[in-house]
Amino acid sequence: MKYRYLKNVVTLQMDQGKCSGCGMCLEVCPQQVFTYAENVSWITDRDACMECSACARNCPRQAIKVRQGVGCAYAVLMDRFKLKGICCKDACRCSLDNIPDP
Amino acid sequence: MSKASHKGIKLQVVDDRPLTPCCPGEQPAVSPVNISEANWVVGQLETNTGPVYRVATALDRSDLWGAVKARWGVGRMNYTVPPGLYAIGAPDENAAVLVSANYKLSFDSLRRELSGLNLWLLVLDTNGINVWCAAGKGSFGTAEVARMVGRTGLARLVSHRTLILPQLAAPGVAAHEVRRRCGFNVVYGPVRAADLPAFLRAGNKADAAMRRPSFTLRDRLVLTPLELTSLIKPLSGFALFLFLLNLSAALLKGNPLALLPLLGHTIDHLVPFVVAVLVGAVLVPALLPYLPGRALAWKGLVLGVLWAFAYTALTPGAESWLRNTAHFLIIPSITAFIGLNFTGSTTYTSLSGVIKETKIAFPLIAMAAGLGLIALVAAYFV
Repeated sequence: MKYRYLKNVVTLQMDQGKCSGCGMCLEVCPQQVFTYAENVSWITDRDACMECSACARNCPRQAIKVRQGVGCAYAVLMDRFKLKGICCKDACRCSLDNIPDP
Repeated sequence: MSKASHKGIKLQVVDDRPLTPCCPGEQPAVSPVNISEANWVVGQLETNTGPVYRVATALDRSDLWGAVKARWGVGRMNYTVPPGLYAIGAPDENAAVLVSANYKLSFDSLRRELSGLNLWLLVLDTNGINVWCAAGKGSFGTAEVARMVGRTGLARLVSHRTLILPQLAAPGVAAHEVRRRCGFNVVYGPVRAADLPAFLRAGNKADAAMRRPSFTLRDRLVLTPLELTSLIKPLSGFALFLFLLNLSAALLKGNPLALLPLLGHTIDHLVPFVVAVLVGAVLVPALLPYLPGRALAWKGLVLGVLWAFAYTALTPGAESWLRNTAHFLIIPSITAFIGLNFTGSTTYTSLSGVIKETKIAFPLIAMAAGLGLIALVAAYFV
């Protein structure tokens, strides 16, 4: 069963013209957002995207863009109120500090 | 860059790279492990790059106790393995190389699945953070992979040029960049360590099921102890607040000041809120797939309203209308807030979604809780 989160919010974008059809995005995506057809990748389930950015980072042609982030309300609130929080280490995908660009 | 030495007794990897703490205000994780005495080391392997420690594939009692402590938040920030190269079984130059994080829980859940295999294990310095989290932060990243490949002399140790990384490291690692920097090809393995033997047998091929993170009942509840321990402090504060309310009400009404009845009232008044915390921290994760709606605050709210109704039904006529109003405002605020907080523990929420949900839910929760507190205070003095 696939868990579904909010609709029409994620920032995932793809420039199909740049796609070489290597299929790396299909391999790394934990949410099965992409499918492969006509020798290129297609975004076929955008709402399932969790913006982990594995696809964008592993795309050799930089065909994919997404704002990388962690879907954690605690981190969002800490950031909003400029507070320092403790980081969850084992399961939370906490990102209280900024993520460097590739 | 200083060279890691496998020759000394202690494999405390010396590093001139500044250790960046995981989060602001947090101490950098320095591994406290003296490796030759570590319970998970079973001998050494002589190699052309120096001795390599061999790692046990069975967990013993101290590993299990360490896991329990980490889950309850005891010493969690220091639960690390020294970064470096390790051996599983008796690997040779053709053996596969697995790459992992240096959080002890990650390390344990990996090695326990590898019995009977002969492999190299490259443990990165992820500041003691698990794979997924470290990849999101970039500490399990392209640069760290290339750095550790170079530092351990891996290219001289193995004849092939393939690294097997956990799939969940992909947000931090660019496979094509790793190849450019250190000549090794990155293959993303399965999400779960348990699927590694099957993945290796299939010639480094993962099927569709291996690529999906599971989020079973057990996965959903594994963080509940941590959530509960973090709620003990605010709950104790709230208990003190209720006690002071009972005390001032007794003073104002000129009732005799006896400690036991005061404590009894405080506990009675605390029960609906303690249960609300349990509903939020246990039932919301447990029932997650069956609760209506998509937003997690909403799922929490639904259960909170149900509990407020149940409590009112269980105590007919016992509470004033003000106290009931307070319950209907505060209890759903508690469960909705814990539900909202659970976004960080799921395997499927996006930052954009959480920002949207938080913007809508948090002000409503704060408002309801504020009004509820006013009603609660009033209930003591009206």
